[in-house]
Amino acid sequence: MSTFVYMTRCDGCGHCVDICPSDIMHIDENIRRAKNIEPNFCWECYSCVKACPNHAIDVRGYADFAPMGHSVRVRREEEKGTISWKIKFRNGTTKDFVSPITTKPWGKFIPKLADGDKPNQGEINSQRLYTEPEGLNIDGELPVVPKESFKKGVYY
Amino acid sequence: MLETNPFSILAETVSPFAMQSFIIAMIVLIALGTIIQMIHHKNLTYFLNNAKKAKLQATREIGTGERVSILAKTTVVDIGTTAELGFGKRRLSHVLGMYGTIIFWISSAMLVFCYTGADKSSSTIWSMLWHVGAILTCIGGYWFWFFLRVDVSAEAHPWYRIIKADLFVLALLACSTFGLAWSYAQFNGQDGLSFLFLTLFVTSNLILFGGVYWSKFAHMFYKPGAAIQKNLAEADGSRDNLPPPADAPEQFGLGIKREEPKHY
Repeated sequence: MSTFVYMTRCDGCGHCVDICPSDIMHIDENIRRAKNIEPNFCWECYSCVKACPNHAIDVRGYADFAPMGHSVRVRREEEKGTISWKIKFRNGTTKDFVSPITTKPWGKFIPKLADGDKPNQGEINSQRLYTEPEGLNIDGELPVVPKESFKKGVYY
Repeated sequence: MLETNPFSILAETVSPFAMQSFIIAMIVLIALGTIIQMIHHKNLTYFLNNAKKAKLQATREIGTGERVSILAKTTVVDIGTTAELGFGKRRLSHVLGMYGTIIFWISSAMLVFCYTGADKSSSTIWSMLWHVGAILTCIGGYWFWFFLRVDVSAEAHPWYRIIKADLFVLALLACSTFGLAWSYAQFNGQDGLSFLFLTLFVTSNLILFGGVYWSKFAHMFYKPGAAIQKNLAEADGSRDNLPPPADAPEQFGLGIKREEPKHY
């Protein structure tokens, strides 16, 4: 249920690395192609699938709307401003949808990231997200839950 | 310097037969690396299975004429100008590096096999091409290395961070740079420097052709294969299950322009 990359189609351009909200699309250190480093953390948001200019990324869709053995693929045509979807069921039935692209230009709207400062290398390497903790309207440090207070056992 | 065959000066100390044997050994290494990689990654099996799948899903038959025209267009546009990289710096850098390297390798073989030895004539054109090829490779390669590598431009890693995937481009750059430096030092009679750069040139060649972790050369075969398959799949309607191009008026949406992946 997560994204995967067709290595023969990927050219390592970095669009999926750039857009992934979960920061799990990375460049493979051996072959310089994109890969999903942590499939468990994939949101299945299809951002990388839509952003890929070579249609090199695929994802298995949710089982509740398309049972196993199906395919859900996307074609993004920026010049037309359209996103087309094709859902193919395992019995051969296909459904095609076309929608307008409603994406806003990077950082121009909320929270106006384009006007903000560029992060330095130290901030990029840190565990904190951009503008934390000020961006969360928190004065001082981020709240911490002491490890001793954790319940023992397995969390679900 | 540009019009001088560096191998003919070298032939005074190293026999042309040794140089020719070295080139043949490099060709054997490319072939071996490619075959091992193809067996290991099962590229050929993947392509054949994909082609069979696409044939079953085809909605229309492609005639021989149309097939030939698709193959020709793919060869000229997709393969010849690496169209998959879109319009931009990455494509230009790749084209510079690709043609530079091809010219560099072919002219190396020509110079060593046809114009190096006691009774052989000299060729200004092939000597010029050898130097031009190396310079083009350096321009495309260094541009890519310092500014365009995705881990630098999209992942914000510093340019000096080296990973296994860099072995090919670094060895290629070392090859062209040390080749040029050797030619320059040898032309100006600097024996010590000339020997040093020749040693580095030979070493970088050995790393490039024999030491690359996975054979980078295999991608010269499967990238064109992927481009041909993609265009044939578009034409026969199977399209790898992708939806057809939208039948919608232009600017149906906001018509957002794709930006460079630099929003780390």
